[in-house]
Amino acid sequence: MSETLRAVIQLLAALLLAPVLLGIVNRVKAVFAGRRGSPLLQAWYDVAKLLGKSAVYSRTTGWVFKAGPVVGLSAMILCVALLPWTGAPTLLAFDGDLVLLVGLLALARFVTIAAALDTGSAFEGMGASREAWFSSLGEPALLVGLASLARIRGSLSIAGVFAGSVDLAAPGGARFVSGPAAFGGAGAVFGGASSAFSGAVMILAAVALFIVFLAENARIPVDDPATHLELTMIHEVMVLDHGGVDLAYIQYGASLKLWVLGGLVVSLLAPRTGSWYLDVAVSLAGLAVVAAATGVVESIMARLRLVRVPQLLVAALAMSALGLCLALVGGPGGQLALTAGGTP
Amino acid sequence: MTVWIEGFLVVFMITSLWLLGSARLLSCIAAVSVQGVLLAALPLLIGIDAPPWRLFLQAGVSLGLKGIAFPLLLLRAVRSVDARREMEPLVGYSLSLIVGVALLAGSLAAGTRLSLPAQGMPALLVPSAMFTTLTGLFVIVGRRSAIVQALGYLAMENGIAAFGLALAEQEPLLVEMGTLLDAFMAVFVMGITIFHINREFDHIETDRLSSLKDAPE
Repeated sequence: MSETLRAVIQLLAALLLAPVLLGIVNRVKAVFAGRRGSPLLQAWYDVAKLLGKSAVYSRTTGWVFKAGPVVGLSAMILCVALLPWTGAPTLLAFDGDLVLLVGLLALARFVTIAAALDTGSAFEGMGASREAWFSSLGEPALLVGLASLARIRGSLSIAGVFAGSVDLAAPGGARFVSGPAAFGGAGAVFGGASSAFSGAVMILAAVALFIVFLAENARIPVDDPATHLELTMIHEVMVLDHGGVDLAYIQYGASLKLWVLGGLVVSLLAPRTGSWYLDVAVSLAGLAVVAAATGVVESIMARLRLVRVPQLLVAALAMSALGLCLALVGGPGGQLALTAGGTP
Repeated sequence: MTVWIEGFLVVFMITSLWLLGSARLLSCIAAVSVQGVLLAALPLLIGIDAPPWRLFLQAGVSLGLKGIAFPLLLLRAVRSVDARREMEPLVGYSLSLIVGVALLAGSLAAGTRLSLPAQGMPALLVPSAMFTTLTGLFVIVGRRSAIVQALGYLAMENGIAAFGLALAEQEPLLVEMGTLLDAFMAVFVMGITIFHINREFDHIETDRLSSLKDAPE
C-alpha cells in the first residue's frame, strides 16, 4: 500500500472514528453508574440532528460569533491531519510542525473564547475567562512536554517524535518501546537519537500529556462536561449561545480534539510493530483504552474546586519540566552529556 | 539495572515535588513517608560494596523509622491538633511547584558536574539528593504550620542521607545509625512540641511565635 493511501486512510479513519471515543467515555461512565448508556455512535447522531437545524443568531453577535465554530473546526481538522496516530506518515508534515499543532489548538481555543465574548453575556464571559486562565497553564505543560520528547528523539517534527522514529520500515524485530522495556531498551530502540533517561522522560511526558488531555477536553477533574451549574462550568458555558449547524461544528470539533490529544498520548506509548495493520489495531486499542481511562477517572473522581485546578496544571507543568531537565542532562547520544559521579 | 535505578531516583524526585504541591497535611505526610521508603530501598539497589547484613540492617532500620515511625508520630500530632490542611502558606502551592522546578534544574545542573570519590554511582543520585535537601529547606522557610516544617526537616534529612549514600564506602555504620537516631529524637520532640504549642496558643503557626516576648518587668 502506498504511503499516500495510508495517509489518506489514516486521516479519514480519524475523522470518522473520533466521535466514537466520546461514545466509549460515556459508555464507561454509564456502566460505572449502573446504567445501560447511550449508543457508541450517539455523538454522530447528535451531530447529524444538529446539522439538520438552522442556527439562530442574536442581534448582539457579529461575525466573530459566526466565525468561531468554523475556524475552530478547521483548526481541529488540520490537527488531525498532522497527527500520525497509526505511525504512518501524514499528508501534512514538516520540521517544526510540533509548534504548529500547539498553535492550532491555541487558535481553536482563541476563536471559541472570542465567540463567547461576542455574545455579550456575562455568563459566557466568565467561562471564557476561566478557559483562558486554565489554558495559559496547560499550554506550557504541553509545550514543555513536547520539547522534552523532541530532545530525546532528536527531532522537531511530530512524525519523528510520535511515530517511534522515521525509519518505520525497519524489517523484522518488534519495536516495543512502552512499559518496562522503555526503561531498558529505549537507547537501543531509537538508534542514535536517544537520551540516557528516555524511558523516564517518556513516562513523565505521558503523565503530563494525559493531564493536559483531561484539561483541554473539559473533563473531570478540571471541568464536568455533564454539569450545567453556572458557577463551575467552563467549556459548556462558552457554547451555550450556539445552535444548529454551529453547535454541530463545535461538538464535532470537541470530539476531534479528544482524538488529537488522546492520539498524542497513545502514539507516545504504543509499541510500533513494523506491520502497519498491526500498528493500526494497536493504536485503535490504545485510543479505546485512553477513552475508557477517561471514563474511569470521571466516574471515580470529583471535580476539583476551581481554585485547585491551576495547581493540577502546574503539577503537569512540573512533570514536563522534570522530563525536560532530564532530557537536557541526558543528552542525545545515549550517554550522559556531563559525566556524572566518579570522573577519575 | 542502572536504568531502573535512574527511574527509581526520578520517582524519588517526584515525591519532593509532591510535598511542595499538596495542601493537605495527610498528603504531605504520605509524600515524605513514600520518600523514606524509597530511600530505605536505595542502598540495596545501587550495589554498595559492603557486607549484606550491614546493608539490610541499614535498610531495615531506615524503613522502620522513615517509612513507618515518623509518619505515625506526625499523624498523631496532626490528630492531636486537629489540623487538616495548611491554611495560609507564605508561598502558594503553584508558586512552590515552580520554585521546585527551578531548584530541580539547578540541582541537575550542579549535581551532574560534581565528581565523587565512589565509582559507578547512578548519575542522578547526587542531583536528587541535592534537590530533596533544597526542597526540605524551602518547605521549612515557605510554610507556617509546624507540622509541615517538621516534614520539611525530614525531607532535608532524607536528602542528606541520600547524599551520604554516594559516599557510603567511607561512612561507618555507627554514623549512619547515629543520624537516624538523631532524626528520630528530633521528630519525637517536634511532635510533642507541636502538641504543646497548639494547647498553649490554639494554632501551630510558627511565625507568630516570634512575636512572643517576656512580659515587661
